Amino acid sequence: MSTETSESAALPPTRPSSTPSRRTFIATTSAAGGVIAAGGLVAGPSLLGVEEAVAAEAPPSSRVSLTVNGKRYTVTVDNRTSLLDLLREHLGLTGSKKGCNAGACGACTVLVDGRRVNSCLTLAVRLEGAEVTTVEGLAKGDQLHPLQQAFIDQDAFQCGYCTPGQIVSGVGCMQEGHTGSAEEIREWMSGNICRCGCYVKIVRAVEQASGRK
Amino acid sequence: MHPFSFTKAPSTREALEAGRRGGRYIAGGTTLVDLMRETVERPETLVDISGLPLDEVTVTERGGLRIGALVTMSEAAAHRKVRTTYPVVSQALELSASAQLRNMATLGGNIMQRTRCTYFRDVTAVCNKREPGSGCAAREGYNRTHAILGTSEDCVATHPSDAAVAFAALDARVHLLGPDGARSVPFADFLLRPGSTPNREQALSKGELITAVEIPACPRPLKSGYLKVRDRQSYEFALTSAAVALHIRGGVIREAKVAAGGVGTVPWKLPAVERALIGERPSERLWARAAESAADGARPLEHNRFKVELLKRTVERQLRIVGESK
Repeated sequence: MSTETSESAALPPTRPSSTPSRRTFIATTSAAGGVIAAGGLVAGPSLLGVEEAVAAEAPPSSRVSLTVNGKRYTVTVDNRTSLLDLLREHLGLTGSKKGCNAGACGACTVLVDGRRVNSCLTLAVRLEGAEVTTVEGLAKGDQLHPLQQAFIDQDAFQCGYCTPGQIVSGVGCMQEGHTGSAEEIREWMSGNICRCGCYVKIVRAVEQASGRK
Repeated sequence: MHPFSFTKAPSTREALEAGRRGGRYIAGGTTLVDLMRETVERPETLVDISGLPLDEVTVTERGGLRIGALVTMSEAAAHRKVRTTYPVVSQALELSASAQLRNMATLGGNIMQRTRCTYFRDVTAVCNKREPGSGCAAREGYNRTHAILGTSEDCVATHPSDAAVAFAALDARVHLLGPDGARSVPFADFLLRPGSTPNREQALSKGELITAVEIPACPRPLKSGYLKVRDRQSYEFALTSAAVALHIRGGVIREAKVAAGGVGTVPWKLPAVERALIGERPSERLWARAAESAADGARPLEHNRFKVELLKRTVERQLRIVGESK
């Protein structure tokens, strides 16, 4: 089941609209897609759970206003919706990844009110007034965040699936001041698993962005 | 995940009222949301208590430290007073989970967290903790990470918290507030051994709320620290752990506080180890002799026999590290 859409909000703002991206390609070639109304968002339950889809009555939902990457959203969410599902399935911000969906891998890491958290374990309904920053919100226009640039410079990924979580977590790590040594970075980045095993270069990237290299 | 209604408590009074009606408190949510997704937990109502004024660390009149239930793990670990007075608490916290989870999880939730027993988390398996009377799949199953101390016929699951081991060692108290008022209980009485009711894990009445954990004043100087042994170096639960605090004056150990984690159904206080230390002069032989009793009473299972020896060595090493630190 695909929940991708050709919703323009899902595209990086710098991409010319005529250029097909991997994401729009997937979206336009898959048969079924969720429909997102960008204005008055009504976010249903995660589309992934079968038991959720067959719930007989309308499940309890709540209205919540939050800011994501500087843009304010007011949405009505099924109370079960995680911040990760809100971002990916309803706001079209698919940068944050769903790895384990259990707080064990860090692929979903975002900043909430400046602190890195696992968005898969964060109930969206609890975020009234919160300010969320995802990997899509780190660059300033064409100017990549220094840590994004460092990941490119250091070649700090292979498959790239964990990378958005690594980068947001690394930003949190730098803000917290835990970049005093490679060992300290390793320990304070341990909440982000990389199954390709790019840890050495990930540490180098955080060192570069924090001015240690 | 089963549907639930959600309410945010604007005040402690309203939180208690919602709790009395059966609402389930949520603070960091790192355990609860995870277990709700697995349908291990199926609360009908969540009561968000994150707005309550329980997020301060204060020095008590008697010189102890009172840590509010809603102080996050990362805040508690980084707090200057906690770091300088009770390094064992800071270390236990920072060796737990990940930076992300520690930013979310609170102290109160940390000691309320539920076991990592895979059979408890798997709703297709029998589990007396999850479904009283259904049986214990871990007893004859794959029980490498399970408890060797404080177990019963009905349950062999470990308590997963590291901070709770440090609190148990330091003889902390848990402050509670309920419909009938405030009370405090010794940490040792707060977390319950499974016995024949493993589904009952804390000495909490319906609707009661943890407001703070209080560490009593300790003699100065107090050297302390936490050692955690695990399958990988970080972001992993303990196979064994040791929380040690020693007051050494005039070359003699005057007070000793020792507890172990990863091995018990509750944080495991080690009074025999403490007794073997008090009145003695630190020495290599003393650490080994005192640690000899660390696993007394252990009842290992098929796959976790290694924990008996590992526990003794963990305690011995941590006694040496703390006892011989500057």
